[in-house]
Amino acid sequence: MRSASSATAEAITSPADRGASQKALRRHQIAEMLAAWSLAGPALLLLIVLFFLPVFAVIAVALTDWQFGASSFTFVGLANFRELLADEVFRASFVNSILYVVIVVPGTIVLGLAIALLIESGKSFRAFYRAIHFLPFMATLTATAIAWEALLHPTIGLVNQTFVSLGLPTANWLRDENTVLPVLAIIGVWQNLGYAMVLFLAGMKSIPQDLYDAADIDGADAFLDRLRTVTLPMLGPVTMFIFIVVALKAFETFDTVQILTQGGPGHASEMLLYTLYRESFQYLRTGYGASVAVVFLFIVVALTLIQARVMDKKVHYQ
Amino acid sequence: MRAQRLAPPSAIVRHAVLLISGALILIPFVWMVSLSIKSPGEIFRASFSFWPEQFYGIENYTEALTSSPLPRYMLNGVVVCAAILALQIVICAPAAYALAKLDFPGRNLLFALVLIALLLPHEMLALPLFILGAKLGILNSYAGLVFPYVVSPLGIFLFRQFFKTIPDDVVHAARLDGFSELGIVSRIMVPMALPAIIAFGIFSVVSHWNSLFWPLIAVRDQNLMPPPLGIMVFKNEEAGNDYGPLMAASTLVVLPLIIAFLSAQRWFVEGLTGGAVK
Repeated sequence: MRSASSATAEAITSPADRGASQKALRRHQIAEMLAAWSLAGPALLLLIVLFFLPVFAVIAVALTDWQFGASSFTFVGLANFRELLADEVFRASFVNSILYVVIVVPGTIVLGLAIALLIESGKSFRAFYRAIHFLPFMATLTATAIAWEALLHPTIGLVNQTFVSLGLPTANWLRDENTVLPVLAIIGVWQNLGYAMVLFLAGMKSIPQDLYDAADIDGADAFLDRLRTVTLPMLGPVTMFIFIVVALKAFETFDTVQILTQGGPGHASEMLLYTLYRESFQYLRTGYGASVAVVFLFIVVALTLIQARVMDKKVHYQ
Repeated sequence: MRAQRLAPPSAIVRHAVLLISGALILIPFVWMVSLSIKSPGEIFRASFSFWPEQFYGIENYTEALTSSPLPRYMLNGVVVCAAILALQIVICAPAAYALAKLDFPGRNLLFALVLIALLLPHEMLALPLFILGAKLGILNSYAGLVFPYVVSPLGIFLFRQFFKTIPDDVVHAARLDGFSELGIVSRIMVPMALPAIIAFGIFSVVSHWNSLFWPLIAVRDQNLMPPPLGIMVFKNEEAGNDYGPLMAASTLVVLPLIIAFLSAQRWFVEGLTGGAVK
């Protein structure tokens, strides 16, 4: 096949030159390919060994009755998953995780948004307020959980002392099955609201000034009018993003359960990652623990797929 | 100037509300420090006052530093965080350069793998990683704490985004100057991408300094424990409620990151939310 352009090329360069330059081009491509794969090779190999093979391994192990250290195991099909469904502890863990997420996500979003709006509504002390509210998100949760335990101590804790002096009812917050999950959720909100706040602040910065000017012309000059007509609608995409990220983080809650409650009292604060840890690494019921991990994976993948669709939408908005 | 600026009375309300919510947010930190300088008797007398009647800080902090290997925990944290970050940069930067600047068959597939890995929750993979570590015989060692994190999909992703903003001419010029491809990565791309490296570095160090889950699984030896696992053990060993030294230990573990955060706030915010904002 001879196209017009190759005919022109032939007129300029001799066939021999063209062959040589094509060879040089091919050599260049091969060199670039070799360079690329030798640069990316270690990362690719490690991604396979540390991410992709483990996914297949955890699914495979979930289909066996293997116990860590045992020399043999048998393929049991979906027996582990049937056992999960019948297991009261797992059911409690699943329900608690969902309840926890249902409290933490709206709490984090509403408070994070409120604080971001307040910070953005004035010019003074912005960095100062942002720093204070962001602090819990980067502080070591193991250490701050210990501080929370002291605050919530039934007799010497600041919370109960304050409640007593205000005439409010007190409780043994972390040992009462009615209060333990809401209290852990409050700690979850406390830890994450700074993260939501920062993302909301970034979202507000990217709202074009034109929209506020247009709202001005339309007579929306009061703070609440602007909020309703411009700020909140424009924050829709970032809100959805925060929703998913915080939900994922909340599903992966572990430190506070491990440090403060160990899933108790009873199984009132049992949550998925803690159950996964206990079954796999304390009871060494490897196959069963792996099936918890697979359920966990399904939830997380489902949430991230929703996130991917939402992020697509975000692109369309802009 | 933002359009939502408030009139003076509302400005006072703004400060009042933010000061109150800020104070509420800070209570756990304030209480932690307060208990860390109180004597056991005063802790159990339970007063509202922040400052102790009798300053007991020296005793509590001495106790925290001597009755547990807290300095060792902190050293372990530094070693593990430094090793993880160094390996992440060494492994991720070349891959990110290949993805951003080189044209080769399989590039899109490789990038797709990075994006998929970015979505996988690492905790879910703890079991196979534990088995892998056991087979390699590196559990209960620094290597055991480090190996799951040596490649970071987020690192590859962020570096690639940044490298793409560096003009191709820079790469061509470097090749003409006789740089090897690896030389281009280490002597040109990485120094130019310093902001992205710092932001990612903060993300990496903060997450691994604070991480409890994997260390809890990977190490048994107290001499290898990073700070969160260390204070968990310290807490469990302390019979009853010997809060003073425990709060002193917690304060010391939180302190380095808080000091770093307050002195480089903008970098921290960018680093810890960078993956989200892109």
